[in-house]
Amino acid sequence: MKITRTALLASVAAAILTAATSAASAQAQVARTLEQVKSRGFISCGSNPGLAGFGMPDDKGTWAGLDVDLCRAVSAAIFNDPNKVKFIPLTAKDRFTALQTGEIDVLARNGTWTQSREAELGLLWTGINYYDGQGFMVRKKLNVSSALELSGASICVQQGTTTELNLADYFRSNNMKYEVVAFATSNEAVKAYDSGRCDAYTTDASGLYAERLKLVNADEHVVLPEVISKEPLGPSVRQGDDQWFNIVKWAHYAMLNAEELGVTKANLDEKLKSPNPEVRRLLGAEGDFGKALGLTPDWAYRIVQHVGNYGESFNRNVGEGSRLKIKRGLNNLWNKGGLQFAPPVR
Amino acid sequence: MSDASQVQPPRTPFLRAETLRAAAWQALMLALIGWLAWSAFDNAVENMRARGVPTDFSFWNRPSGFDINQTLVQYSSSGSTYGRAFVVGLLNTLLVAAFGVLFATVLGFAIGVARLSGNWIVARLATIYVEVIRNTPLLLQLLFWYNAVLKPLPGPRQSLALPAGAWVNNRGLFLPEPMFGPGAEWALAALGAGIAGTIALRLWSARRRAATGVGAPVLWPSLALVIGLPLLVFALAGAPLTWSFPELRGFNFQGGVRVFPEFVALLLGLSLYTAAFIAEIVRAGIVSVSRGQTEAASALGLTRGLSLRLVVVPQAMRVIVPPLTNQYLNLTKNSSLAVFIGYPDLVQVFAGTVLNQTGAAVQVISITMAVYLALSLLTSAAMNLFNRRFALQER
Amino acid sequence: MASRASGAYLRTSVSPDLPPPARVGGPVAWVRENLFGGVLSSVLTVLSALFLVWVTPDLIRWLFIDAVWSAPDGEACRAPGAGACWAYVRAKISFFAYGSYPRDLLWRVDLTLLLGALLAAWLLWPGARRKGLGLLLFLVAYPILAYNLLHGMADSLRAVLRGLADVSGSAALADVAQNALPVVGTNLWGGIFVSLLVATVGIVVSLPLGVLLALGRQSSAPVLRMVCVVLIEVVRGVPLITVLFMANTMLPLFVPEQWSPDRLMRPLIGVAIFASVYMAEVVRGGLQAVPKGQFEGAMALGLTWRHRMALIVMPQALTTVIPGIVNSFIALFKDTTLVAIVGIFDFLRAVDTQRLDPEWAGPSISATGYVFAAAFYFVFCFAMSRYSLMMERRLARGHAK
Repeated sequence: MKITRTALLASVAAAILTAATSAASAQAQVARTLEQVKSRGFISCGSNPGLAGFGMPDDKGTWAGLDVDLCRAVSAAIFNDPNKVKFIPLTAKDRFTALQTGEIDVLARNGTWTQSREAELGLLWTGINYYDGQGFMVRKKLNVSSALELSGASICVQQGTTTELNLADYFRSNNMKYEVVAFATSNEAVKAYDSGRCDAYTTDASGLYAERLKLVNADEHVVLPEVISKEPLGPSVRQGDDQWFNIVKWAHYAMLNAEELGVTKANLDEKLKSPNPEVRRLLGAEGDFGKALGLTPDWAYRIVQHVGNYGESFNRNVGEGSRLKIKRGLNNLWNKGGLQFAPPVR
Repeated sequence: MSDASQVQPPRTPFLRAETLRAAAWQALMLALIGWLAWSAFDNAVENMRARGVPTDFSFWNRPSGFDINQTLVQYSSSGSTYGRAFVVGLLNTLLVAAFGVLFATVLGFAIGVARLSGNWIVARLATIYVEVIRNTPLLLQLLFWYNAVLKPLPGPRQSLALPAGAWVNNRGLFLPEPMFGPGAEWALAALGAGIAGTIALRLWSARRRAATGVGAPVLWPSLALVIGLPLLVFALAGAPLTWSFPELRGFNFQGGVRVFPEFVALLLGLSLYTAAFIAEIVRAGIVSVSRGQTEAASALGLTRGLSLRLVVVPQAMRVIVPPLTNQYLNLTKNSSLAVFIGYPDLVQVFAGTVLNQTGAAVQVISITMAVYLALSLLTSAAMNLFNRRFALQER
Repeated sequence: MASRASGAYLRTSVSPDLPPPARVGGPVAWVRENLFGGVLSSVLTVLSALFLVWVTPDLIRWLFIDAVWSAPDGEACRAPGAGACWAYVRAKISFFAYGSYPRDLLWRVDLTLLLGALLAAWLLWPGARRKGLGLLLFLVAYPILAYNLLHGMADSLRAVLRGLADVSGSAALADVAQNALPVVGTNLWGGIFVSLLVATVGIVVSLPLGVLLALGRQSSAPVLRMVCVVLIEVVRGVPLITVLFMANTMLPLFVPEQWSPDRLMRPLIGVAIFASVYMAEVVRGGLQAVPKGQFEGAMALGLTWRHRMALIVMPQALTTVIPGIVNSFIALFKDTTLVAIVGIFDFLRAVDTQRLDPEWAGPSISATGYVFAAAFYFVFCFAMSRYSLMMERRLARGHAK
């Protein structure tokens, strides 16, 4: 009798032991992201589950968007293939946890760069791929022309975002009252707004244009002119791996530099013969600037070849070439009146 | 006898003594579990530090910066802390759970009795209700009430007027709010006194019945004490009551009491769902009382009402109360589904927004689970007390 | 009636005939008895009838007569007075059933579901034979097969096949090893099939684990008992949502990164733990229902603890708890809807998100989707609850003998 009970005990003990050992070896992971990615064969990229223009799968499950292009650029730089990316759709609520816990390598999900997110959540923003600001959308028939007329309104918002905090700040500083209705996903918030539960819906201006497309009658809604916050959106990575941080950062800068130097998908091979040393350095015809990043010399060439430069990506996803038709504005290059400025490759 | 005492039991070798081996196993298990817990804790802390996740509770006292629409206590995005947000969420959970328990019990008892009704059509309707509700997911019902029933209500400017100055629209239910003037506290005190008096009267009556076999009348004096006395004092104080009626101002109604549609949907869903389960429990409880009991009661000359009240229900309650406790616990736990329809309960506010703003996943989730666990333990303790009243008095 | 005490009264004449009883048969008597048995009953009948007259015609009109049965888009459903938009369900049915699973690979899902249904029928059919084998297949072989079919061939299996191909030199086999059953990422899974998957995983894991926990709870070793009791009571005391949150955000902190479970795996682990503790309580009920004499009889035969449990106690305990197991499966199936909170596209979430499609959006779309989902869950759960009732009756009959 004892023997079999012992067997039961032993099996339970064994199970616990296995679990414990695995927990113990969790400490031993300080491996470098680039090596992990290479051995795994793909990048895990946290993306928006469905924000037109930034990250959204189409009917066939192919992902497209400005943020998606950034992940593809990293993939192109490493694997010479823009499709070695596994897109993991994340809600606002669990996007940072996913990055912290190592489930994804890079979070390109229109995340706002803030001080506390870097200082407290242990993340690093690699740059700003879209300068945005928070705005409001209301029904035309409300006859509201400014956000300052929204006192007493019900406002739908996605919970756990900077949007929610900015909203509180804005109404507080303008001494206005409001009722917040917070939902776990932007879909639910938009749906609640659409059904009349709220007078206004608030999110980043780019998001407003994208979400407006989902409404039954897009023309009945108008985006108010006020921009109530700075929303520098960009990809983020975990702290503690400078090499990976640099790769993601320079993938973005390569696209910017390419646009600034007039290098496009179409004229890429032509530009390779260009006498301009800046172009030659960027495309790897001169020097070996990829090596220090852990990449090949033609890393930027691959990015432009597979994804295009920043302007092309912008135009295709959110600009005139897309349904969103957002103007370049702040996102134009620095020498064309915008804020997008990339350090040189040299 | 003396012979038997000569027989020595076979001596067990020391190391094979069963008790010792059992104890050794216990100690080994204990050590293993302790080591496991310690190493898991250590790992988690180490991992969290490595990943820059906060490992302490300092977020508790930091200003929250976000707003919540339904708050039972003072709360604002500027002055309140994450700790305060936790309290707001907890109170909202308790509010919906308390109302839910109340409605579900009333409805559940009614439907449970209806299922046993001699009336064919009533019994059938009750059966259909129970089967449909019990065999569909609660979440589906919540989404249905919220998205398919409440949202299609008209907007504020086309609100539907209800009797007594109340309004309903897709922003909620707006009720007149009683505003008590000075002197109202006397009426409140009178109510307290009335309730205390009623309890004393009942005790006295019960003791008299035990002593003499005849109890004093209780019902009418109780009503007079609980309702009449406060009303009298209220009238004497000059009826210091005004109503604040909700008025359409700007985007929505202002003034009065507002009941949010999220709250209504959650309450409706939880009450209707739990009521179906309670109905089955009540039915089983009543069925479990043997027929002989009813027959004996009518042989004693008790009317049908009295036999139900004095004989059947007390016995049925013994069967009903323990599973009823479980249903109350389920209702409380199910209130966490609030997160799906935007009602700011504990999970939505604390395990949702606070977790996301602070990144303190382990702390926040542990606290949330601990709260539900404590609620469960408290509810079962309370129901155990109640159960003792109905338990068999064994002699 | 004669008084026995005095004996002075004796009836001498035949007592008058009583009036015949009211008609006991026929519809009139039935109506009188069952619908108008008293004042209260009559009032209730009238009220109920009014309620039915008020609700039923509208309901039938909305569900069937005014419903839009086929349409290319939501235009017809948006027309005023239109009822349920069944055309929308027809257009979305494959998404509701499979999520975004690649359309040309759906046979893999269908085959898995079919095999699962066959195994379940084997196990649940009261007269079926060799249920032990069925249970073994269900708990061991089926999960492995399902993994390879749904997710794609496991690397280890590929390696084995490749090895075989090398040995045999068969090009066809090598091709199979290389290309058969490509991986379909869990981010594409969704719909009814994920709901069934979550519930099935819950039940497959919870059966053995629940039995172990129940045995542990009854163990004479206090430490083991304490661990089981604490685990069971804690998990039973918290909502499933918090368990899912925990599995989603905390689990990855406790395991090494390369082991970090997939996004679908985490809620599965949470659901499995949750289902196991409830199963443990069901099994405990079954263990307690086994008469003490059975334990003692087995002990008297000199059986070891394992044999006592395996041959005498467990077969009886598990048979009595079949209805309980089915009931917890029903509860589990309904609870699978909660995995939506951690981003899994189960059936209900699939229905809930598709309401937003601007192509179809309209006043009746939400209600249509929910009614369809409700009908699905109802048919499934109601059938199982009837089965559980039937088993309960059969078992009661068996015990009565």
